[in-house]
Amino acid sequence: MAETFTFSLDGGKISAHPGQSIMEAADAAGVYIPRLCDTEGLKPQGSCRVCVVKMNGRTVAACTQPAKADSVVESETPEILGYRRDLVRMLFHEGNHLCPICEASGRCELQAMAYRLGITQSTKYPYLQPVRPVDASHPDIVLDTNRCILCGRCIRASRDIDGKNVFEYVGRGIHKKVGVNGDNLADTNVSIDDRAIHLDICPVGCIIQKGRGFFTPIGKRQFDLAPIGGEEKGHEE
Amino acid sequence: MKKRIATVSLAGCFGCHMSLLDIDERLLDLLELVEFDRSPLNDLKRFTGPCDIGLVEGGCCNEENVHTLHEFRANCDILVAVGQCAVMGGLPVMRNAIMHAEDPLRECLETAYLDSDYVLNPTNSIPNDPALPLLLDKVYTLADVVKVDYQIPGCPPSGETLWHTLDALIAGRQDRLPYELIKYD
Repeated sequence: MAETFTFSLDGGKISAHPGQSIMEAADAAGVYIPRLCDTEGLKPQGSCRVCVVKMNGRTVAACTQPAKADSVVESETPEILGYRRDLVRMLFHEGNHLCPICEASGRCELQAMAYRLGITQSTKYPYLQPVRPVDASHPDIVLDTNRCILCGRCIRASRDIDGKNVFEYVGRGIHKKVGVNGDNLADTNVSIDDRAIHLDICPVGCIIQKGRGFFTPIGKRQFDLAPIGGEEKGHEE
Repeated sequence: MKKRIATVSLAGCFGCHMSLLDIDERLLDLLELVEFDRSPLNDLKRFTGPCDIGLVEGGCCNEENVHTLHEFRANCDILVAVGQCAVMGGLPVMRNAIMHAEDPLRECLETAYLDSDYVLNPTNSIPNDPALPLLLDKVYTLADVVKVDYQIPGCPPSGETLWHTLDALIAGRQDRLPYELIKYD
């Protein structure tokens, strides 16, 4: 391995090698930085901004920002946690996130992130309640875009791993959404065995595999037992 | 002096009230600390005086809900939104955004009373008695209508969560819910 250097993350020393992002270096050192649009095995794109940190006083996305020697990185500070809470709240307000009826509840990363950040306070944002389509045309897969948070994980998995380009962003700004390569999902060459359809790719309940909803009982679901990212931090609001 | 508590279920299912009963024998402890004013638990329909804490389950789907909520805000020092319906609309809010519907409320009523294969409705009409509260165009959260001081998420919040919150509110203690009690489902 090439030469390594160190930087400080919330006062602790983290070692990194050139080309590593702040998040990769932190992960390697066992320090969790919250994230939604980034997941193992996919190229980071830095779009959800939940991994926001301050590097030498500037806010950057930890998943795309290369680590820099001797830099000072802040992650679990009241200011940064406030940003993260606001970002996660806005995701809840932008779509239609009905946790009580969602089969992803309990294994949903958006929900788990809100739990981890301790979001229980009244909100200052309006609920947008957009009218968004549900595409149940495919025999094995449902797309409930009410729950989509535009993380783009399905896009990257389909393009970079499956080599299919089933999903892509369409539109801009508030009109941006994830579209499929056809009139609806049944017209594409998507398959239930694609990496993009795997349960750990969609962080919410947008991509649903038919015939297997609510397969883990309440109390035993992934985030019933432990917070996302392990040891709970930054709960205070 | 005992704290005075009022509770109500607006566009809810009474599940949150049922959950309050899940605090089991601590109900006796609660009754040492509080006195219930207007509440379905004692069947009082009107406020008898100002209250310290108002617990509101459900959002607002009709004009009566809005009227009741304003009464709660006017009579309660602390107003708490209890459960997902009060916090973000919950299941009733699904009628706000129905795919391909020009007029979601009409479509919802037509499906419920006229068009569904499972409906037996000899008059073939949507209920329209003057005694029925007028439905609102949309389902509103509590915070859309009045200032809300606290919210307890959950569908329903567990008895443990409600107890934890009430205990802190009654004691006037700043507190937060531990990880295992924060649930949105």
